[in-house]
Amino acid sequence: MSVELTGAEITIRCLQEEGVQCIFGYPGGAVLFIYDELFKQDKVRHILVRHEQAAVHAADGYARSSNKVGVALVTSGPGVTNAVTGIATAYMDSIPMVVISGQVPTSAIGLDAFQEVDTVGITRPCVKHNFLVKDVTELALTIKKAFYIASTGRPGPVLVDIPKDVTQQKTKFVYPEKISMRSYNPVVKGHARQIKKAAELILSAKRPMIYAGGGVILSNASAQLTELAKILNFPCTNTLMGLGGFPATNEQSLGMLGMHGTYEANMAMQYCDVLVAIGARFDDRVIGNPKHFFNENRKIIHIDIDPSSISKRVKVDIPIVGDVLDVLSELIKLLKAEKKKPDQAALNEWWKQIDLWRERDCLKYERGSQIIKPQMVIEKLFQVTKGDAFITSDVGQHQMWAAQFYKFDKPRRWINSGGLGTMGFGMPAAMGVQLANPKGKVACITGEASIQMCIQELSTCKQYKLPLKIINLNNRYMGMVRQWQEFFHGNRYAESYMDALPDFVKLAESYGHVGMKIEQPKDVEAALKEAFKMKDRLVFMDFITDQTENVFPMVPGGKGLSEMILV
Amino acid sequence: MENEAGALSRVAGLFSARGYNIESLSVAPTEDPTLSRMTLVTIGSDEIVEQVTKQLNKLIEVVKIIDLNDGSHIERELMLVKVRAVGADREEIKRLTEIFRGCIIDVTDKSYTIELTGTSSKLDAFLEAVERSAVLETVRTGASGIGRGEWILKV
Repeated sequence: MSVELTGAEITIRCLQEEGVQCIFGYPGGAVLFIYDELFKQDKVRHILVRHEQAAVHAADGYARSSNKVGVALVTSGPGVTNAVTGIATAYMDSIPMVVISGQVPTSAIGLDAFQEVDTVGITRPCVKHNFLVKDVTELALTIKKAFYIASTGRPGPVLVDIPKDVTQQKTKFVYPEKISMRSYNPVVKGHARQIKKAAELILSAKRPMIYAGGGVILSNASAQLTELAKILNFPCTNTLMGLGGFPATNEQSLGMLGMHGTYEANMAMQYCDVLVAIGARFDDRVIGNPKHFFNENRKIIHIDIDPSSISKRVKVDIPIVGDVLDVLSELIKLLKAEKKKPDQAALNEWWKQIDLWRERDCLKYERGSQIIKPQMVIEKLFQVTKGDAFITSDVGQHQMWAAQFYKFDKPRRWINSGGLGTMGFGMPAAMGVQLANPKGKVACITGEASIQMCIQELSTCKQYKLPLKIINLNNRYMGMVRQWQEFFHGNRYAESYMDALPDFVKLAESYGHVGMKIEQPKDVEAALKEAFKMKDRLVFMDFITDQTENVFPMVPGGKGLSEMILV
Repeated sequence: MENEAGALSRVAGLFSARGYNIESLSVAPTEDPTLSRMTLVTIGSDEIVEQVTKQLNKLIEVVKIIDLNDGSHIERELMLVKVRAVGADREEIKRLTEIFRGCIIDVTDKSYTIELTGTSSKLDAFLEAVERSAVLETVRTGASGIGRGEWILKV
């Protein structure tokens, strides 16, 4: 007779079978048996965070930068509610993740027990799927399903809620090698006829545009995207989530589009005649007002793995449901076999138009300023790291400047909360990135408001010796809120001033890190170089930046892409 | 959909989260006890119904979904209605029930309980035919639908 294992042992064995090397968590009553089993083995490394939100963000950063499933482990009740922000963040950005949560014993469920919440109910709207395991014999299969669902199709977080008594009960352990579910069969291959139609439309384009989103990154298709753009000589723009999917330093890149996208990207998006949307979802921050978007006539090809993303906000002409990698490979094959080429004269005219738009130099800022301009810090960071760092960000102005000024040439280097816009994401995500890439240079671009939302993680960074470089663009305001108040609320800066800030240098030092305060533009580059020389230390760099700086261009809410406010 | 705890709340939650309307919803296990069949009536433009369909399909526990309006179909709803039945009304209500092909399934000296099946509009019509003040209580199941002829929803 084979040996029976407890639910707790099974949980850890499942993680081992999945090849999980690193999980992020925080212990508590309901998960004590699981922690006990973690303690007895050394295949799965546990990173102890200081708040469950950070555990999930760290697992998220780990997943985004490594293409593995991120794993977080939290206890019942407040453990779960703290994790919800992280789970919703991962859900909005389609990040593969498994969250294991403890639950009160099955006999206590529904009785308002200590640290009980309806975890499955609370997380239901912000997970791809969730499970409550009431029977230990179903535990291994459920965890297998969780990893399968999280990492296939359009990825997303999956939560497995395990009552404490289930972690104590015993059963035989069998980890299924394969799994099939009658109700879950994500499409991979695109429809051949649709791809052919797309190829024909592409070849007829006179003013083409490629619009590529996070789907390119998630499906590991940046080589294919780059090849497609290259063989066609089409311009390419990336969404906030798609940065790095197409090399930003390539001449065909128009940079990011959308609310704070470049003038050339937004204009080309508005006035193209054939739009190839790849792994992107036409969201409100990208195309602005959909009515205005349709003032111009264009044909749209839309490639996405999620059928519900297609024709959700924008009606498209040629929908292709499938994995971006697969569809692009097929499309490239077809285009290469085709003798016909797009109208080169028309394409040249289109590029001339784009170059005129580029001359507008929409990202210009005052370079001679005596006060540190935040844009300049990012440009210097790009130079000092030679464009080779992993950059995480929090949410706000600094995030937009990072997206605009750090030229991402590789996928999985730009880690930010695009969909949910979660302040506090940056530093914990950077911890996950650093753990997934121990030798990588990891910088977190943040602001003095965002960083304080998960500042406690400086302690985690100390414990695990994570040599992050924190780039704090400190303008003493919630900058993006201040910008909107300036533009749309008559300069009434309601509650957006960050008063009573800590001395970040001393704060960093008290956690055992290096702190730097940089107040002069001339000191920026040297400080960055010095910080990156300290390869084994976390350096918190507090840049005192211009309080009045705004992010341009800007498409105000409800306006169209060609109605940008420019500098 | 899979006959599992929580599946129904996923469907209901999806509708409220995305602002769709549920007009009625009827659900029960099928001849295969691992599956439940749900008939859901919603109102919306073609675009909205398309999105509703796609979003429902994304739910892991939803096995298959069809829009019965894509073909010809039959729908039926069951209503139990308790009416005050005294004096001359007793005969009148009995006759009305027969006209609507209902059955009286419970009788007291003051009331009838009537069972009635049909499309939702037929049930509405019955309630309009009965004097409003005579209706003491109604309970309706919501519509169940099935395709006509060879059109079969099977997993």
